[in-house]
Amino acid sequence: MSTTTTTRRLTMAQAISEATAQEMARDPRVFVMGEDVGKYGGIFSATTGLLEQFGPERVMDTPISETGFMGAALGAAAEGLRPISELMFVDFFGVCFDQIYNHIAKNHYMSGGACKYPLVITTGIGGGYNDAAQHSQCLYSIFAHVPGLKVVVPSNAYDAKGLMTTAIRDDNPVIFLYHKGIMGLSWMSYFEGSTNEVPEAQYTIPFGEACVVREGSDVTIVTLSQMVQKSMLAADQLATEGISAEILDLRTLVPLDRAAVLASVAKTGRLLVADEDYLSYGLSGEIAALVAENLDTLRLKAPVRRLAVPDVPIPFSHPLEQFAIPQVDNIVASVRGLMTFKLD
Amino acid sequence: MQATTEQLLWMYEKMVEIREYEETMAKVYLEAKLPPKIQKGLAFDIGAGPVPGEMHLAAGQEPVAVGVCAHLRRDDTVVGAHRPHHFAIAKDVDLNAMTAEMYGKATGLGRGKGGHMHLFDPAVKFSCSGIVGAGAPQACGAALAARKLGTDAVAIAFFGEGAANQGAFHEALNLAALWKLPVVFVVEDNKYGISVEKSASTAIASNADRAVAYGMPGVLVEKNDAVAVFEAAGEAVARARRGEGPTLIEVKTDRYYGHFQGDPETYRPKGEAKALRQHDPIPALGALLRSRDLLDDESDAALRTRVSARVQAAYDFGRNSPYPEPQDALLHVFAD
Repeated sequence: MSTTTTTRRLTMAQAISEATAQEMARDPRVFVMGEDVGKYGGIFSATTGLLEQFGPERVMDTPISETGFMGAALGAAAEGLRPISELMFVDFFGVCFDQIYNHIAKNHYMSGGACKYPLVITTGIGGGYNDAAQHSQCLYSIFAHVPGLKVVVPSNAYDAKGLMTTAIRDDNPVIFLYHKGIMGLSWMSYFEGSTNEVPEAQYTIPFGEACVVREGSDVTIVTLSQMVQKSMLAADQLATEGISAEILDLRTLVPLDRAAVLASVAKTGRLLVADEDYLSYGLSGEIAALVAENLDTLRLKAPVRRLAVPDVPIPFSHPLEQFAIPQVDNIVASVRGLMTFKLD
Repeated sequence: MQATTEQLLWMYEKMVEIREYEETMAKVYLEAKLPPKIQKGLAFDIGAGPVPGEMHLAAGQEPVAVGVCAHLRRDDTVVGAHRPHHFAIAKDVDLNAMTAEMYGKATGLGRGKGGHMHLFDPAVKFSCSGIVGAGAPQACGAALAARKLGTDAVAIAFFGEGAANQGAFHEALNLAALWKLPVVFVVEDNKYGISVEKSASTAIASNADRAVAYGMPGVLVEKNDAVAVFEAAGEAVARARRGEGPTLIEVKTDRYYGHFQGDPETYRPKGEAKALRQHDPIPALGALLRSRDLLDDESDAALRTRVSARVQAAYDFGRNSPYPEPQDALLHVFAD
């Protein structure tokens, strides 16, 4: 970064809005549509200020009609535009998934590469604020499971801006999932580590490059999104006990930086996957399988451990929800547990 | 809107082409799918033969495709459904590449990755989908793009009467009317959603009546006739091009084959398909042309020879093209 670059502390919501605004100014093909993205500025403030700057032709409030406007995003992308289409909560994918997984994800492939669909679907994920089972899920593993979608899950404002710019410039469909509890909203408590210094100028962060957000030597915590912030707090606590945790923020699930996972686990010999999605058949299993497939070259000092939502819908009541979603204390306890093993 | 001589002749030739294409496919499709060439005990093997998989043919439904596409330009978008050949041919999709795709060949539109329900030809803005109703919102997107790009291009969504009970249909109609998009929604009512009669799936007789609920014109074409479709579509396309918004058209049409090839058609009264062929729209348009001295035996024969050469060349191209390399299955998940 050059010394003349101006940076400011931005929330993740501000960073996403800024990335979108700058790209819209640069590229007239980019436009935004979705529910309450205009006057409201996005329910989670991911489109704040865009309507004022670009007007209603490029920042379009849609009816509550996700199949309609996700299909329209595909149709517009096929014609060479670059839509950003907001699915207010990821939990709502059920009302429009046909357009996403059967068409947006597959049409490029089924056309033998002849057609391109450069579009971004932005969506809010995550719990921790008592919104219960239909408004609190992460579900990124479902999108990552379907071939043809790139999946981006930032943990902080700096990454969010660079990844969003990359997403808009990508010629493929990208699902950009922002956790509500790190957006820096004025009406929901958030992890302050997610608000950080963001350059005013445009920049990109390549997909498929995980980031070591804290170096350590005893254990690797592979994580993403809000769970990165929880892991950072856990690592502080573990450090006071003499345990050095390395935290790897995946940043994108598709493409996945497998080399970064393997390199860190090779260094520490211990792996905890800290995930806010459901435990079974998802991200944490994928990372564990990756390590298992490389045991010919990796030497583990402890079995792999996974922290995730224990295969229950997200409950409403505060003590129930705090139990179901992994917390800082759970990360600390899991790492302590890992340190008790002595595998040869 | 009166069809010009040129348009009438174009519709006739395209209908002849579609019919020959479908009748040829009906034969090619059966190659190696019947006893004794297949696993013992089976009556039919869907995955065998040079053109494997499902096959939905559109013989009888030609008027819908040509009556609408006669009004279209190369830069207008067409989104078809799972029974797409007549639309593709009427939109001038590359016939060789389209046929090669059905053979699963490397020279196919999708290099063998799509098959007959998933044909994409961006050169003429044609695509289709195997998911019932899914194309309607996509056509809205193409229309939205045309408006944003400042062109007067229009988008057509073709689908069957079964699709009109999908949420995607209703969402698309609302969106198109709300945003005054240059779209024409064309429902092909061939009476059956696979085996279920329209009267058993749809509470009203005509989907055109649904248009009023969305604030757009609804037009019912009661005759499976190219000129009748042409007239209704002409109004709708012109309206869309003028920026006055969408139209919903329903055409009563006839499906001569089963839902897919191999369909035992136990749900149809015996002889129904044969009876429908008594009202074949191709000779009907031929008779109209002859009555206006636009066609005679000689020119009809010449036209049919020309069409036949095109169609058979496409089948030869498909059959003789190479298969993709197996590992090419790994390509084209993402654009570079």
